[in-house]
Amino acid sequence: MNFLSLFVLVPLLMMLGLWVARNVNQVRGVMVAGASALLVLAVTLAVLYLRERAGGATAEMLFTASHVWYAPLNIHYAVGVDGISVVMLLLSAIIVFTGVFASWKMQMLTKEFFMWFCLLSVGVFGFFISVDLFTMFMFYEVALIPMYLLIGVWGSGRKEYSAMKLTLMLMGGSAFILMGILGIYYGAGATTMSLTELARIHIPVEWQRIFFPLTFIGFGVLGALFPFHTWSPDGHASAPTAVSMLHAGVLMKLGGYGCFRIAIYLMPEAAKEQAWIFLILTGIGVVYGAFSACVQKDLKYINAYSSVSHCSLVLFAILMMTQTSSTGAVLQMLSHGLMTALFFAIIGMIYGRTHTRDIREMSGLMQVMPFLSVCYVIAGLANLGLPGFSGFIAEMTIFVGSFEVNDVFHRTLTIIATTSIVITAVYILRLVGKVLYGTVGNPAHLQLTDATWDERLPLIVLIVAIAGLGLMPWGFSHIISDSVLPVISQLAR
Amino acid sequence: MDYSQVLLMRSELSLLAVIIILFVYDLVAGERGRRYMHPLACVLMLAHVLVNIVPQADTLELFGGMYRSVPMISLVKTILSVGTLVAVMQSGEWLRREDTRYKQGEFYTLTLFTLLGMFFMVSAGHFLMFVIGLELASIPMACLVAFDKYKHHSAEAGAKYILSAMFSSGLMMYGLSFVYGTTGTLYFDDVAAQLTGTPLQIMALVFFFAGLGFKISLVPFHLWTADVYEGAPTNVTAYLSVISKAAAAFTLLVVLVKVFGPMMAAWDTMLFWVIIASITVANLFAIRQTNIKRFFAFSSISQAGYLMLGAMGGTPGGMTSMVFYALVYMIANLAVFGVISAIEQRTDGKVSISDYDGLYRTNPRLTLVMTLALFSLGGIPPFAGFFSKFFIFMAAFGAGFKVLVFVALVNTIISLYYYLLIVKAMYINPNEHPVEAFKSDGWTRVSLLACTLGIVAVGIISGIYDGINAFAF
Repeated sequence: MNFLSLFVLVPLLMMLGLWVARNVNQVRGVMVAGASALLVLAVTLAVLYLRERAGGATAEMLFTASHVWYAPLNIHYAVGVDGISVVMLLLSAIIVFTGVFASWKMQMLTKEFFMWFCLLSVGVFGFFISVDLFTMFMFYEVALIPMYLLIGVWGSGRKEYSAMKLTLMLMGGSAFILMGILGIYYGAGATTMSLTELARIHIPVEWQRIFFPLTFIGFGVLGALFPFHTWSPDGHASAPTAVSMLHAGVLMKLGGYGCFRIAIYLMPEAAKEQAWIFLILTGIGVVYGAFSACVQKDLKYINAYSSVSHCSLVLFAILMMTQTSSTGAVLQMLSHGLMTALFFAIIGMIYGRTHTRDIREMSGLMQVMPFLSVCYVIAGLANLGLPGFSGFIAEMTIFVGSFEVNDVFHRTLTIIATTSIVITAVYILRLVGKVLYGTVGNPAHLQLTDATWDERLPLIVLIVAIAGLGLMPWGFSHIISDSVLPVISQLAR
Repeated sequence: MDYSQVLLMRSELSLLAVIIILFVYDLVAGERGRRYMHPLACVLMLAHVLVNIVPQADTLELFGGMYRSVPMISLVKTILSVGTLVAVMQSGEWLRREDTRYKQGEFYTLTLFTLLGMFFMVSAGHFLMFVIGLELASIPMACLVAFDKYKHHSAEAGAKYILSAMFSSGLMMYGLSFVYGTTGTLYFDDVAAQLTGTPLQIMALVFFFAGLGFKISLVPFHLWTADVYEGAPTNVTAYLSVISKAAAAFTLLVVLVKVFGPMMAAWDTMLFWVIIASITVANLFAIRQTNIKRFFAFSSISQAGYLMLGAMGGTPGGMTSMVFYALVYMIANLAVFGVISAIEQRTDGKVSISDYDGLYRTNPRLTLVMTLALFSLGGIPPFAGFFSKFFIFMAAFGAGFKVLVFVALVNTIISLYYYLLIVKAMYINPNEHPVEAFKSDGWTRVSLLACTLGIVAVGIISGIYDGINAFAF
C-alpha cells in the first residue's frame, strides 16, 4: 500500500479509537496521538518530496499509486502528490493538530464531536492526495457533510440556520462540480478519470465552454466566489472553534485547489475565454469582503468576511494565469489557512472567557489577557500583510504576478484588488485599538484569566508557522512554483 | 419439456415451498405453535435466499417462451428475496401484538405470494404471463395494506390501493389489447420485431406505461402513494416501498428497452418529463410533511424518479446502474422503516416527525442507523447512496441526457434539505420527553445491523457493482 493512503487511514483509525474510548481522557489521548501522527506524516512527506525532487525526479506527480476500483467506469483509487498538495497536506495537518487542542475543553458529547471532526479530516486529506476525479469528488463530499452536524449540534448563535445554509450551498456547488466532472469525463472520450491522463486529452472547446463555468462555480462556492460566498460568514460565525479553524483554514482551500487543479488545468481554452467574468467577480469579492469586515460588530463575522476577501484573492490570482500569480495563490492559501486558524482559535478562547463576541462590549483586554491579546495582534499584523509574516509574501507574489499580465483590464483590476490591503489595515487596526487597548470597560472582565497551556500550544505552533513562512518562504515558493508549471504550460498550449 | 427443465425455475419453486410450509404450519400449529412462526419464516426465507444466492448462469425458456430467465433476472430475484427477508425479520415485533398475533400466518403467506407474483412478472416473456404476475403481486398486497383492519386508516388505505391497482391494471390491459391488435402476438420478441410506431402503438405504449407508472408511483400516477403508505402497517409500507417498486421498475426498464425498443424516440421523451415531474413534485411535497411515513412516501416517489434515470437511453450500463441503485435504495429504505417500525411499536404508534426530536439522547444507535440511511438516500459519501447516484447520473449523462441529469442534481439538494430535517430533529431539536431508551427484539437488531453494513460497504466494495455489470444486457 502506498504510504499516502496513511493520510486517510490514520483519521479512520482515530474514529475507530474514539468508538472504543470510554472517557474524556481516552478521547483526548486518541486525538492527540492521531493528530501528532498526521503532523509527523505530513512533515515526513514534505522532506521525502524535497529529496525526490532534489534527486532529479521530474514526474508531475510523485509517490503515485493506482488501484482499479470500478473497472467498467474507469474509476481508480489513485493517489499522488505534487508540490501544491504537499503544502496543502502540511497545512491540513497543522490545522487538525491545533484544532484538537483548541477544542480541549469541549464539554458536550466530546466523543461524537471528535468522530465527526475525524470524518471531516478524512475528506480533507483524501481530497489532497487523490489524482482521480471520482475519488477526489468523493472525498470532497465526505468533507462537507460532517459540517452540518458539527455546526448544528455544537455551534452557537443561529446554528441551525447557518448549518443548513452552509450545507445546502456547498452541496449545490458540488452538484455543479459533479456535472463538470461528467462533462470532462465524457468530453475526453470516456476512457479515464485520471487527472494527469485527462490533461493530455484535448476536450472539445464547445464542451469546455459549458463545463468550465460549472466546475469553476462549483468549486468557487467553497472558495467564497462572489456572490456565492454568503454561507461563509454565517457558517463560520456559528461553528465551534475547531470547526471554524478547519473550515476556513483548510476546507475553503479545497475550492481554490479544485478550481486550479480541475477547472483550469483540464479546460484551459474555456478558462482563458471566460476568465474575465470570474476576474470581475473575484475582484468584487476581494474589495467587498474587506469593506464588509469593516462594518461588522462580531469578532467572528469580521474574520469570516476577511476570509471571503482573502479567499477571493486566491481565485483572483489563479485566474491571472501567470506562474508567479499562481504560486502566490497557493502561498496565499497556505498563509490564509494558518492566519485564519489562528484568528478563530483566539476568538474562540476570548469568547470562552467573555461570553460575548460583540466588539462594543469589550475593551482593554490587553491588561487582563496579555498572551491572547499579543497573539491577536500578531495575527492581525500577518493578516494585513506586514513583512516578516506569511501574508506579505503571499500577497506580494500575487500582486507582482498579476501585474505581469500586460493589459489595461488586468492591471486595473490588480490595482483595485491591492486596495484591499489598506482596507484590511483599517478593520484590523480599528479592532485592535478598540478591543485590546484602552481601559477595561466591563469590570467583570478584570476577573478573567489568560490562556492555559492547552491554549498556548496551538497558538504558538500557528505563530511559528506563520513567521516561518514569512521569514523563509523560498523553500515553499520553490516547490510550489515548479508544480504550477504544468498548469501554466497547459494554458500556453 | 421435461421435468428437469422445471427445476430450472428454482427460485420460484423454493419460494413456493416456503409458502406451503408456512401455510401448513399455520394450519396445524395452535396458539402456542404460532410463537415459533416468525423465527420459522425468517429461517425459511434465509434458506430460500441461500439456495438462490448464486444467480443462474444460463438462459432458459419454459412454457413455450412464456417464462424465461437470464442471469440478470435471476440476480434481481435474489436481490428481491434478500429485501423480503429483511422486511420479514423486521415485522416480528408488530406481528406479536395481541391484535395481529392470530393472523400472522396470513401475513407471511400473502407477502410471499406477492413476491412470487413479482418473480413471474420479471421473468415474463409474454404479456399474459406478465399480467398474471402483476395481479398476483397486487391483489394480496391490498390485503396486506388493510392488515390492521380495525384501524380506520389501514382499511381506507387498502381500499385506495385496490382501486388504484385495478384501475391501472385495466388501463394497462387496454393498452396491451392495442399491442395485440396491431401486431397479432403478445410474445415479447415477436412484438418487438413488429412494432413500427403507429399512433395506435404509441397509445398502447402510453397506457402500458401509465399502468406500470402506478406501481412505481411515478408522478402523475402517484396520488395513491402517500395515503397508502401512511395507512398501511409500517412493515407493509417498507415492503411496498422497496420490493414492489424495484420489481416494477426493473420490469418497466426491460419491457421498454427490449419490447418497445423500436419506439425509443417516443418513450424517452415521455420518460424524460415523467422523471423530472416525479423528482421535483415529490421533493417539494416531502418538505411539507409532518408524518414520517408520508414523508418517506414522497421520498420514495422521488427516488423512483432517480431509479428510472437508468432506463434513459436503454444502455446496458443504464441497466446495471438501475439495479445497483435499486439495491442500495432497498437497503437504506429498509433501514429507515426498520427504525420507524421499532419506534412505532415501542411508543404505541408515534409516527410524527416531531416525535423524533431528541432521539439521539436516548437511542444513539438507532439514531445512527437512521442517520446513515438518510445520508445514503441523500447521496452522501462514503455511503452506498453516493455511489449509486453517481453511477446512475453517469449512465444517463453518457446516454446524452445532460439537462435531465442537471435537473436531477439540483433536486438532490432539495432532497438533502428534507433528509437533513430528520437528522436535525434527531440530533438538534430539544425535547422534554424524547422516546425512551429501548431495545428492539433480536431479529430487528440483526436486520438493522445488516442494513448498516450494507449502507457502508456496498459502495466501497466495488465487486457488487461489477457482478451486476457482468450480467447486464
